[in-house]
Amino acid sequence: MINIITKGRFFVREYLLGNAAIARGLLEAGVGLAAGYPGTPSSEIIESLVDLKGDRPVHIEWSVNEKVALEVAAGACWAKTRAVATMKHVGLNVAADPFMTLAYLGVGAGLLIISADDPYCHSSQNEQDSRRYAQFAGIPCLDPRNPQEAKDMTAFAFELSERFDIPVMLRPTTRVSHSRSDVALEPLADARVLPGGTGSQAKTHDGRIAPGFERDPARRVALPIHARPLHTRLLAKQQKIEEALQDAPWNRLRLAVEADGRGIIASGLAGLYAEEAIEKLGADLSFLALGCYPLPTKKIEALLRHVREVMIIEELEPVVQEQVERIAAQVNPSVKIWGKGFIPREGEFDPLLVRNAISRMIGLKETSAPTCAPPGILPPRPPALCPGCGHRAAYYAMRKAFGKDAVFPSDIGCYTMAVNMGTVDTCLCMGASITLASGIRFGGEDRPICCSLGDSTFLHGGMTGLLNAAYNKARITVTILDNSTTAMTGHQPHPGTGFTATGEPTVRVSLEELARALGAGLVETVDPYDLQATLECFRRAKEFSGLSVVIARQPCVIKSRKSGKARRTFRVSGDCIGCGTCVKFGCPAIEFREEKAAVNALCTGCGVCAQICPSSAIEEVRI
Amino acid sequence: MRTSECDLVIVGVGGQGVILISDVIGQAAVLAEKPVCGAETHGMAQRGGSVINHTRIGCSYSPQVAAGSADLLVALEPAEALRFSHYLSPTGVALVNTRPVLPVTVTTGQAAYPPLEELIERLGQRCRKAIAMDATLLAERAGTAQAMNVVMLGSLSRFIPLPEELILEALSKVVPPRFLEANRKAFALGKAEVE
Repeated sequence: MINIITKGRFFVREYLLGNAAIARGLLEAGVGLAAGYPGTPSSEIIESLVDLKGDRPVHIEWSVNEKVALEVAAGACWAKTRAVATMKHVGLNVAADPFMTLAYLGVGAGLLIISADDPYCHSSQNEQDSRRYAQFAGIPCLDPRNPQEAKDMTAFAFELSERFDIPVMLRPTTRVSHSRSDVALEPLADARVLPGGTGSQAKTHDGRIAPGFERDPARRVALPIHARPLHTRLLAKQQKIEEALQDAPWNRLRLAVEADGRGIIASGLAGLYAEEAIEKLGADLSFLALGCYPLPTKKIEALLRHVREVMIIEELEPVVQEQVERIAAQVNPSVKIWGKGFIPREGEFDPLLVRNAISRMIGLKETSAPTCAPPGILPPRPPALCPGCGHRAAYYAMRKAFGKDAVFPSDIGCYTMAVNMGTVDTCLCMGASITLASGIRFGGEDRPICCSLGDSTFLHGGMTGLLNAAYNKARITVTILDNSTTAMTGHQPHPGTGFTATGEPTVRVSLEELARALGAGLVETVDPYDLQATLECFRRAKEFSGLSVVIARQPCVIKSRKSGKARRTFRVSGDCIGCGTCVKFGCPAIEFREEKAAVNALCTGCGVCAQICPSSAIEEVRI
Repeated sequence: MRTSECDLVIVGVGGQGVILISDVIGQAAVLAEKPVCGAETHGMAQRGGSVINHTRIGCSYSPQVAAGSADLLVALEPAEALRFSHYLSPTGVALVNTRPVLPVTVTTGQAAYPPLEELIERLGQRCRKAIAMDATLLAERAGTAQAMNVVMLGSLSRFIPLPEELILEALSKVVPPRFLEANRKAFALGKAEVE
């Protein structure tokens, strides 16, 4: 951090992760409640808030899922406290129900929804574009290009939300949330309620509006009789919001010296790539950088009148392009538009892709990228389950007990990486393992079905599926791979851990009791490191005539390592016959050297390989 | 025309401490009052997969380095150096830790790990200079193999436009105090390796 005094103002600059910058923006805006569900690339927003909040009275929670998070945030804003719900893009699908109707009902204090997109699916099952959702709901969307804008937009979003009585979306992408840059900081606010305000509302001692819910059925109860006028009101706001955003600092227009030339319109991060390319190429181009939706029609018109060709650069969906085409039809029908088809609609952009696209339009030579190392030389290095991961042991036993012919619907979490073990037949969305398994059974599948999902995923979206499976008599086995954390996204707590987002002790929900209460006929818990017991448990579950639940409980090895638990040490003895059984198990701690197995330094001492070895050649080193 | 003062690509395997290097450089750049930006790998790929980190000193544009334009490729693992070598500018420099981390595809016999000499030779063909060192061994000498990333930081410090004292000041903020001495040693050993 560096402190600089410029013109009497105190500036602080810090090298911040985009998500940390967003957390900073939330506290600068005086947010009073933050609720989210972990999901890459959004998770560090809540975590950074916990680190930053100090003794400010901010309620921060990991919610059970995104729908819950958004509803909790909506309630808080209706109690006149600025609130935010954070999630990854696919989480917004889970929250879509409250999301769509909140646009009608409006806010109390400001309400911000952060939906972090993931072009290229770095850590996601699809690359949907949240700008479409904002457009669908009719709410404003802010599309930051870097951590600085992400922070500034976060603070601005609350004012916008309160001014127009509407939720606002911030849509960072992976390359904003997970980029870092030097960010100029403002002081943190300490208020959690609306600053100022007029009228008869209750005030705190310093003149701020006091928090609390006020009855207002016409704006809080979405009965048809209320929803109809609210829809009209929502539509009427759109024009006013657009006018208000027209000159927002993130919509920047620069017209080329020469008229009738070429121009670029680019949104969010794509605008940063485009600006760098224009600078690098030294081209005289008109340029409109966009950061706010609804888009600034007048600025787009001004650019379209000034050029004969325009390129639209935006990642994923042609949201800007569609509007530019509509405006062009009115103000300059002969303008040539370079858009999707010419620039990819899928994947993420990079500086070279954008520079080359612009070069093509203006007739300059493209820069060819150096070729990658020839294929075949380098061994692939895919992400994999950690050495000693309990999931690997559970899946090994599951496959042995159910046989390779069984059907294994799976879910979203670390364990999806075990796709090569033959126990991950499906991955659709959070919690879908149980419901897909039920549907596969009811659809006519007669073979054994054993589905699996993690503890956090079960609590997020699996419980309703289990209830449904019990109610509708699905004869399946559900395995909860319980590593007692939300591992893939960075070890966030959940209701089964007994701790809140801020580390406070809380009720620890029992998965066993929950499964029984939801109607499972057989519920058993095993330690997957005990291979024989796990095998027998899976066999009983397979033979069970109704709905069975196996809870395979072994804390995440990364968490155990950090907690400094003592490890056992293993080695391969002279009895190794080089059969390769242990190597096929796939643990990175087992290697093959000169036709024999060897345990390397990655070993965490789980001892599962020693139980697998048919020659009993892997033994514990006793000191 | 250049749009940054110095472009770095730092690569390795999830868990090796790639992010720490860029965090130190970024904080040092802020201390030097230079704009700085970068992009990181989080999430799924971190689980033992290849990781890449872009860091751009004196730059306020894209967080990603364009392919073919990295002034410096810093690799904490030799195969990863070659995997990401297309980011190197032909006039760039590669700094490589020679200690391999075998991927699961190799330990399970599905793929072979290429000979180290071949990796370094191919890398050398793609840039001005490839410098290989056993950074893990140097870190062990400094007191802890964990400080391998700081050995690499020490050697790369010779190639970036930031004063050493600011890099060390940033390092002292990032590393826990009880490991600072070992890390300062690791830094010095890395630096000496390229002098």
